[in-house]
Amino acid sequence: MNVLANAWEYLVDPASWSGGGGMLALLLEQLLLTVTALALAAAVGLPVALALGHLGRGGFLAVNISNIGRAVPTFALLALLVTADWPGTASFGPYGRAGLATLLALMLFALPPLVTGAYVAVREVPEEVREAARGMGMTGLQVFVRAELPLALPLVLSGVRLALVQVWATATIAALVAGPGLGRVITDGFAANDYGQGIAGAVVVAAVALTLELLAAGAQRLAARRLSDPAPRVDAHAG
Amino acid sequence: MTADDGPKCYSRFTNEWFCWQYVEDRREEILDATLEHLAITVAAVLLGLALAFPLALLARRYRRLQSTVLAVSTGIYTIPSLALFPLFLPFTGLSAATVVLGLALYALTVLVRSILDGLSSVPADVRESAVGLGYGPGRLLLRVELPLAVPVLMGGLRVATVSTVALTTVGALVSYGGLGNLIAHGVARDFRAELVTASVLCVLLALLLDAVVVLAQRLLTPWTRGAGA
Repeated sequence: MNVLANAWEYLVDPASWSGGGGMLALLLEQLLLTVTALALAAAVGLPVALALGHLGRGGFLAVNISNIGRAVPTFALLALLVTADWPGTASFGPYGRAGLATLLALMLFALPPLVTGAYVAVREVPEEVREAARGMGMTGLQVFVRAELPLALPLVLSGVRLALVQVWATATIAALVAGPGLGRVITDGFAANDYGQGIAGAVVVAAVALTLELLAAGAQRLAARRLSDPAPRVDAHAG
Repeated sequence: MTADDGPKCYSRFTNEWFCWQYVEDRREEILDATLEHLAITVAAVLLGLALAFPLALLARRYRRLQSTVLAVSTGIYTIPSLALFPLFLPFTGLSAATVVLGLALYALTVLVRSILDGLSSVPADVRESAVGLGYGPGRLLLRVELPLAVPVLMGGLRVATVSTVALTTVGALVSYGGLGNLIAHGVARDFRAELVTASVLCVLLALLLDAVVVLAQRLLTPWTRGAGA
């Protein structure tokens, strides 16, 4: 268990946290990557998925693309993007070296769960609600904004929450192509046969993942409490 | 790209993405990597299944355990694969076992949930009539509940299998990543043909194993054939 002692030493050593390649800087880098990739994926994927759900069409497409997306290893995708002439391994502002490639790979990775989640969320709104809203003379857009969206939002949010933690976790893989983020601590440790450092990096990554999960769960609960007001009102109106 | 101009599509000066010559020249290396990938994936999923079944049954038997099991399995899922392998290292060393154990843990988290969902999808009246016919708990589980749970359970198995194939590549960290080893080598040497070949094989392997699970489901549930189509 010598390695575990080494890992502890690395964790409590202030030098391993500070500086340009320190764990704090890498952590912020990875957090920035995660949030940007998730925001981009949500901006692209959610409108499409919600529209498909509203129209009740393209479900086959949404679900199957998601399944194929799962089959593509993010590592392979990342490797292809880094090796290609564009975006390649160029450095990309605060996102670090190989940043754009990592950002694109993470965004593509985040799309399938977001799209499936949002599509299913809208489809699961009871048909009676939709019909009642239409019966009240609402237009298609009004049905979507006033009835479907409020009822679907909790499920959409839980999809986003799941994607957040998964993107954070997957962002670590960027280190396998010498990319940005905390995964560097792990791969550098392995490269130098310093397994203690590798384990220390793993512990930090896992701890942040759990923290993100707890924070997202809290935010979701808060949002649900806010939303639980208008939702029944729509229900009451509709029914 | 024609066959008769030799290994030019992957020489030091040309670096083509698609190069059949590479596949022919390195056939054995590619085959070995694919087989290692397959072996690690299958071992991980089977180990995951073997652990998930008793866990799911326990969780069903003792309600209080259920929330704990689900919480722990969700917690495991938040640990990145690249971080999970180093955590196993002190116990298993740099070996294929590290990768298999880590991936089995991921598969387990998906499978426990889908086994529980599958078992609870069995209608109560079916269960009651089986008990009325004199089925004991063991026979009820094996002859009635499990067969009826197969469709839901197989859905989980498909997700677990496909994502395990993808995650096996990360095993390249400890040099047991199957096709992931080729991908890592391809990145290090900027070798495009190797990268593309290994990536495509990865996706094909995932689709193939997915088809195997679907086929197994059809064989296990002959009564759903026709009804679904």
